[in-house]
Amino acid sequence: MLQYIAKRLFSTLPVLLGISFLLFFMLRMLPGDPAQVLAGQMATPEEVENIRHQLGLDRPIYTQYALFLSRLARFDLGRSARTQSPVIKEIWARLPNTILLSVVAITLACLFGIPAGIISAVRPYTWIDYLVTSMALFGISMPVFWLGLMLVVVFSIILQWLPAGGTGSWKHVILPSFTLAAFVVAFIARMTRASMIEALSQDYTTTARSKGLKEGVVIVKHALKNALIPIITVVGLQFGLLLGGAVLTETVFAWPGLGRLIVDSILARDYPVIQGTILIFGLLYILVNLMVDLIYAFVDPRIRYD
Amino acid sequence: MRQDSLLSIRDLRTQFHTYEGIVTAVDRVSLDVYRGETLGVVGESGCGKTVTALSILRLLPSPPAEIQGEILFEGTNILDLDPDEMRRIRGNAISMIFQEPMTSLNPVLTIGEQISEAIRIHQGVTRQEAWRRAVEMLQMVQIPSPNARAHEYPHQLSGGMRQRAMIAMALSCHPQLLLADEPTTALDVTIQAQIVDLMQRLKDEFEASIVLITHNLGVIAGMAKRVVVMYTGKVVEQAQVKDLFREPLHPYTQGLLGSIPWMGRKLATGRRLLQEIPGIVPSPLEMPDGCRFHPRCSRAMEICGKEEPPLVQPDDGRKVLCWLWA
Amino acid sequence: MTEINKNVALRTQGRPANHQLWRSWAKVRRNKAALIGSILILIYFITALLAPVLFPGKPSAPNLIRSLERPSLEHPLGTDELGRSILGRIIHGSRISLLIAIGVVSVGLLVGVPLGLVSGYYGGKIDFGIQRVTDTMLAFPGFLLALALVAVLGVGLKNTVISVGISMVPIYIRLVRGCTLSVREQVYVEAARALGTRDVMILMRHILPNVMVPITVQTSLGMGTAILFAAGLGFLGVGVQPPTPEWGAMLGSGRAYLFHAPHVATFPGIAIFLAVLGFNLSGDGLRDALDPRFKL
Repeated sequence: MLQYIAKRLFSTLPVLLGISFLLFFMLRMLPGDPAQVLAGQMATPEEVENIRHQLGLDRPIYTQYALFLSRLARFDLGRSARTQSPVIKEIWARLPNTILLSVVAITLACLFGIPAGIISAVRPYTWIDYLVTSMALFGISMPVFWLGLMLVVVFSIILQWLPAGGTGSWKHVILPSFTLAAFVVAFIARMTRASMIEALSQDYTTTARSKGLKEGVVIVKHALKNALIPIITVVGLQFGLLLGGAVLTETVFAWPGLGRLIVDSILARDYPVIQGTILIFGLLYILVNLMVDLIYAFVDPRIRYD
Repeated sequence: MRQDSLLSIRDLRTQFHTYEGIVTAVDRVSLDVYRGETLGVVGESGCGKTVTALSILRLLPSPPAEIQGEILFEGTNILDLDPDEMRRIRGNAISMIFQEPMTSLNPVLTIGEQISEAIRIHQGVTRQEAWRRAVEMLQMVQIPSPNARAHEYPHQLSGGMRQRAMIAMALSCHPQLLLADEPTTALDVTIQAQIVDLMQRLKDEFEASIVLITHNLGVIAGMAKRVVVMYTGKVVEQAQVKDLFREPLHPYTQGLLGSIPWMGRKLATGRRLLQEIPGIVPSPLEMPDGCRFHPRCSRAMEICGKEEPPLVQPDDGRKVLCWLWA
Repeated sequence: MTEINKNVALRTQGRPANHQLWRSWAKVRRNKAALIGSILILIYFITALLAPVLFPGKPSAPNLIRSLERPSLEHPLGTDELGRSILGRIIHGSRISLLIAIGVVSVGLLVGVPLGLVSGYYGGKIDFGIQRVTDTMLAFPGFLLALALVAVLGVGLKNTVISVGISMVPIYIRLVRGCTLSVREQVYVEAARALGTRDVMILMRHILPNVMVPITVQTSLGMGTAILFAAGLGFLGVGVQPPTPEWGAMLGSGRAYLFHAPHVATFPGIAIFLAVLGFNLSGDGLRDALDPRFKL
C-alpha cells in the first residue's frame, strides 16, 4: 500500500516538471520581449530593465529555467503587471472562493447524481430511468454559462428570490453552485448508472441473491461497493473539470474566484497572473487526482493488499 | 412421489425472450431428488443444466426469463412463493455453489463477511456469533488458519481455497439441498479430487442432498449414485450411475461414454477407439423436428425425424427418451 | 401443460410484467434517441449549408432603430442590441460553429491519431515521451487548456480552432494509444510481423481499422464539445470576435441586456444546446450500435 502511494506521488513529478516547462516556454512564445511582457504595457523602461535583471532574462536559457524553477519552489510567482501586487497574494485571496464553489457543487452533484444513477440502474428502461437518462443528457449538452444566465433570469429577475451575482450570504452561493453542479451531476448520474448495471450483472450479485439476502442489501452492500470504484474516478475527474467550468460560472455570477482572475488577466494581458493561475489550477488538479487514487486504494482491497 | 423425495421437478419449462425469438433453455424437464442422495446432472455446455439449477432458486431475472411448471420442495411449489418466502429458502434450505469461484465471490468483502452474512439473516444470531460460526465452517472445509483467512479477500486466496470458501458459504446454514454447478471445472485436476472428497464428507455429515451438475463423467462416477443426462434442454436418460456406465441406453449417452479415453475396457458397443458424436449441438432457435438428437444419431429411424420420442421406462429406476426403446 | 405463472414474472424483480412490450420499447427507445440526434445534426448541417438562402442579407449589419425588439412576426426571435435579427445571426452562426467544430476535430484527429498509434505501437522511449506530454496537457481541465492557449496565441476564429483543437489532441492520443495497445497484442498482428510485413502496413491494415470505432464515437462527441468550448471562449470575449455571429459571443454580448431583453441571450443558447445535444445523442447511438456486447 505504501508502495502504491509512493508510486503515485512519484509519477506526479514529471507532470509537475512538464507544467513548469509549459509555463516557461509559454512566456517566450509570445511576440516581443519577455521582460516587457511581464512588466506590462504601462511600465517604464527602468522597470522593464529591473524585471529583466531580477528574473535573469539576460542570462542563458538554462540559467533562466533554473532560476524559474527555484522561484517556483519558493512560490514566488512574480508581480501582477496590472496591480504590481504579488501574484501569489492575488491568488491566495481568491482561491478559497473557487474551492468553496467547487466543493458545494460537487457535493450537490453527488447528492443528486449518485442516487439517481442507482435508481436508474435498478429499474432500467422504466419511466424513471428514461427521465434520469434524458436529464443527464440534457445536462451535459447545455452550455454552463447559458444555464447560469437562464437561472438568473428566472430566479433573480422574474422571481427575485436570489441575487444575480457577487458574494455575501449563503444565498449568493446557491445559483452559481447549482449551475456548476448541473453539468457535473449529469456525468455522475450516467457513470453511476453504467457502473451499477455492470456490478449488478456480475456473478457475485447472483451469489449474493442465492444466499437469500434482501434485494436492498444486494444492491448497496454487494453491488454499490464495487460500483463505487469507477464512480469515484469520475467524481474526482469532475472536480477537476469543475475548476475549469468555474471560469465561466464565476464570470456569469461575478464570483471573485480564480476563474474570474484568469479571464480578467487574459483580457488585460497580465502574464504573470496568467502564469500563476494556470500553475495553481494545474497543481490543484494533480492534487485532486492524487487524492482520488488514494481513496481508490482505500475502497478497493485488491489494491490495498497487493 | 415417494415419501423421501426432497425435490420434485415436474414439467419445468424455462424460456428466455430474446431479440431473435424465444429460447427454450429447459424444455419440460421432470426429475426427483431424494433425501441424502447425490444426483448427477450431465450434459454438454448449453444443454440447460445450469438454467435448471437457477430456475430452482429462481435466480433468473424475469423478464426476460419465464418459468412454467412445478418445483415441489418438501411438498410446497416454490414457484408459487412470494419473494420474502423465497429468500428464506435461498442459502438456507437450498443453496448453490457456482462454477467460477473468482468471479462468484465479491472482491470487496472479506471471506468471513461473505459467509457470516448468510448465517446472520437465516439464523438470527449476533455478528460475533455468526463470525465464529463462519470460521468454524472454514475449518470444516479444511482451510488452514481459518481465523486469519476469514479476514482476507478473495483475491488473496488460491483457486482451490476459494472453492472451499464457496462450499463453506453454501453449507453455512445447513441446507437440505445443495446445487453444485460445475464445482470442480475451474480447478486443477489434483485439487478436483480433494474437492470431490470434501463434498462427499460434508454431505454425509450434514445429511444433505446434492444436485451435482457437471460435464465431467469422472466426477459423476466418483460422487453420484443416480444420474440424469440432458441434451438441448431435455432429459434424455435417467439411471443409476453403475447401470448407465455399464449399459447406456440412449445413443447420446453412448456417444458421451464412447468419447472418454478409457484404458483397457471395452464398451457395450465393443469399440476401443475414441468415438466422437458427429455434427454439433443445434441452435436453440433452430431445433430439428422430431427427436432433437436424430441428425447426429447413428441409429436414427424414420420416425425419429418426424415425431418426438416418448419418455419410456424400460426398467425400474431407468428412463429414456428414445424411439429405440419405445 | 401447466399455466404460465404470472406470479413469477410479476414478483421477481419489479420490472414490467409484459416483457414483449418492454423489449420492443427498449429497441425503439434506443434507436429513437439516436434518431432524434441524427435529425438535429441534419438540421444543423442544412442550416449551415443553406444559411444565405434561409436568411438573405447581412446578418451583422446594424440597424439601430430596431434594437432590442421582442420576438415578432418580422423578427421571429427578436433583435439584438444593434438591431440585427437574432434568427438571422443564429442561422449564419451555425456556419461559424460548424466550421469551428470540423476544424477542431480535424486538428485532434490529424495530430492525435498518428501520435497515439506511434505511441501505442512502438512503446519505449517514444511512448514515454509522448505520454509525459499528454499527461501534462491532461493536467488541466480541457477548457482551461484552451483558454491558456488562447492567452498565448491571441483571439479570433483561427486561434479558437487551434486552441480548442490542441486541447482535444491528448484525448485522442490516449484513446488511440489504449486501443492500439490491445490490438497490438492480438495474435494476428504477431502473425503479420512474422510474415515480415512492414510496420506502416500493419498500422494501416490491422490496427487502424480497429481503432476506427472508438475514434468515430469520440469524434461525434468531440464535435459537441468543440462547439461548447468555442462558445465558452466566445462568451468570455476571447474567442471569435464581433461582428462575426458566433453563438457564444452572442450570448456574451447579450448578457448585458439580461434584465430588459433576455431573449438576446436565450436563443443563441438554445441553438448551442440543440446542436450539442444532437451530437451527444448520435454519439451515444453510435456507441450502442457499434458495441458488440449489446447490453440490455
